[in-house]
Amino acid sequence: MSQLLQHLINGLAAGTIYALVALGYTMVYGVLKLINFAHGDVMMVGVYMGYATAFTLGRQNQKTFLGVVLIFLVAMAGCALMGFIIERFAYRPLREKPRLTALITAIGISFALSYGFQLDIGFLPGAAPRAFPEVIRPNEWLIIGDRDVVVWNWQVMSLLIAVALMVGLQYLVFKTRFGRAMRAVSYDHRVAALMGIPTDRVIAVTFMISSSLAAGAGLLYAIKDTSVTPLMGLYVGLKAFVAAVIGGIGHVPGAVVGALMLGLVEEFVVGYAASTWRDAVAFAILILVLLVKPGGLFGRVAAEKV
Amino acid sequence: MRRFVPMLLAALAVMSAGCEKKTQPASPDTDASKQSAQAPAGNTAATPPAPSDANTLLLGVATSLTGGQATFGISTRNGIELAVKQANEAGGVKDKKLAMRVYDTQGKPEEAAQAVTRLITQDKVLVVLGDVASSNSLAMAEKAQAAGVPMITPSSTNPTVTEKGDYIFRACFIDPFQGFVMAKFARENLKLSQVAVLQDNKSAYSIGLKDVFTRKFTEMGGKIATIESFSQGDTDYRAQLTAIKKSQPEAIYVPGYYSEVGVIARQAKELGLNVPLLGGDGWDSEKLYELGGSAIQGSYFTNHYSPDNPDPRIQKFVADYKAAYGAVPDALAALAYDAANMAIDALKKAPDTSGPALRDTIAKTKDFPGVGGAITLDEKRNPVKAAVVLKVGDGKSDYVTTVNP
Repeated sequence: MSQLLQHLINGLAAGTIYALVALGYTMVYGVLKLINFAHGDVMMVGVYMGYATAFTLGRQNQKTFLGVVLIFLVAMAGCALMGFIIERFAYRPLREKPRLTALITAIGISFALSYGFQLDIGFLPGAAPRAFPEVIRPNEWLIIGDRDVVVWNWQVMSLLIAVALMVGLQYLVFKTRFGRAMRAVSYDHRVAALMGIPTDRVIAVTFMISSSLAAGAGLLYAIKDTSVTPLMGLYVGLKAFVAAVIGGIGHVPGAVVGALMLGLVEEFVVGYAASTWRDAVAFAILILVLLVKPGGLFGRVAAEKV
Repeated sequence: MRRFVPMLLAALAVMSAGCEKKTQPASPDTDASKQSAQAPAGNTAATPPAPSDANTLLLGVATSLTGGQATFGISTRNGIELAVKQANEAGGVKDKKLAMRVYDTQGKPEEAAQAVTRLITQDKVLVVLGDVASSNSLAMAEKAQAAGVPMITPSSTNPTVTEKGDYIFRACFIDPFQGFVMAKFARENLKLSQVAVLQDNKSAYSIGLKDVFTRKFTEMGGKIATIESFSQGDTDYRAQLTAIKKSQPEAIYVPGYYSEVGVIARQAKELGLNVPLLGGDGWDSEKLYELGGSAIQGSYFTNHYSPDNPDPRIQKFVADYKAAYGAVPDALAALAYDAANMAIDALKKAPDTSGPALRDTIAKTKDFPGVGGAITLDEKRNPVKAAVVLKVGDGKSDYVTTVNP
């Protein structure tokens, strides 16, 4: 019983991270109908930005509250800028081209980032894994029995952050002027432009928000699993993408539910079966969902515009 | 939806590509992640041109002086150089001086194959020494075997390397041996009776070690609490560790690489598993101390050699190496030094320096005093020799004991 409970907690913690990454996928897809495969690698770059900030601050200052806030701010702002640059120079020139072109570009950027970061020249970090510094002092927040079940402070924190961001995002999309512009661009960006909506700016801001979300998620991930490598984005990004599709891509709460589900399923498969089965089960669920409900659990199948 | 299908296909393509690239080499000695070193510029040219006249015996060296395994290759070259220098100072072999010709394999099998071909056909070396990574040595072994030139790999631990043919030898123990050593150490020295195993399902190295460890440990009266597995590249091991915790082991055997072990150690501590980890030479990296932090301290792993070993022969080697290169020799340097000395010993003892004569002489190597332990080759041309057990401390590992086969 205690084992089940511990698995439940671990699975939720893993799912939370997927959720934050999945939100970025879902936002960009919602607005542009583009699956931004570079998203996971933007996350990885964010982690390295946080890493660099933590070391610039010095080891002593890492555990102050201000230090943590600063690390998150620098990484999130840095990634927002990077998201802007990627959108401006890689995706915008392709906006009127077939959608597959932008998708392939996204894959290209993804590989350029993850393999470029493995080079060992100048400021680039090299291929070796690094230990992310303990920026949050890990505390046992709740202990049941003789340490049978342990809940950590950062697990609770990341769950709260994920829920808050999800609520904030829902608010942004459905209650604000900017959200209305986003939805209009999503519906038809040419007509939206005719109506006086600055489509380019809306899309750029969407990319910036999604990229800074990725940085935040990446930092939570690095705090959780401590080891950071240039290839981490490929893996986490793909899992988050699967989560977004399961939940219904383009649907904000769907992404969160899909991600938490995926985290839990993976944890239980590994805990009770074997890690070899984990990816197989994750993708089997994806296929099953797509067969039964092609739009994902929460998504609607939109009629193709002719 | 129609647009969605190609996107999904592309996603799967990305994934498979990602997975492929993530696959790590199957042997710790191939591990590219040690901090890449300052490779000497023009490494091939850096070797003094060896005169191939009648007064010289030429040894061929092919190892990775650049690329991700550069530190490994440079240590290897230094170890061989030291052995050659010492042999020449002692009067050479058969009234001739020894010389070496070094080529860089860049850590790539295709470069290694090319290098060994050049060594054999162009430079006409008598013995080939190299490479570090098993995959490179496999490529070289084929060529050396076909040409009938003996080859000694200092540090390729994959069992298949010497199976390439009867001209291929090695100076290090093979992977499964470490499992045996750790089982013996856990049972006899640590007096453990219940150990859990956390293996890497995707690595032949890890599974090989696990198989031997569990068999030997049970034979010696111990109990395997549970066997859990992970896949290379994972970073979250909490599910497995939660299951392991339930089995209440006294230690966890983790035959993996430092990149995973460090994280496993941290997460085990986090879940309240306060038991030592046990492992193999895949742990041997500076990175282990960074990734594992204080959580990994007090754990044990098997390795080829320890510079702290009080054995006078080892201390002399450490001192000589330090004097020549200004650094403490690592296991790669020690094994390379042994491999070169095995070759030199064979050159001394062989009736002539032809390939078959040298092969027969090397095959008879028995109780050869290497710094990585006494070497006796078995019928599969693998050394039967001792392994050392190291205890992880703060930023370095300390010598605990030597375990004989």
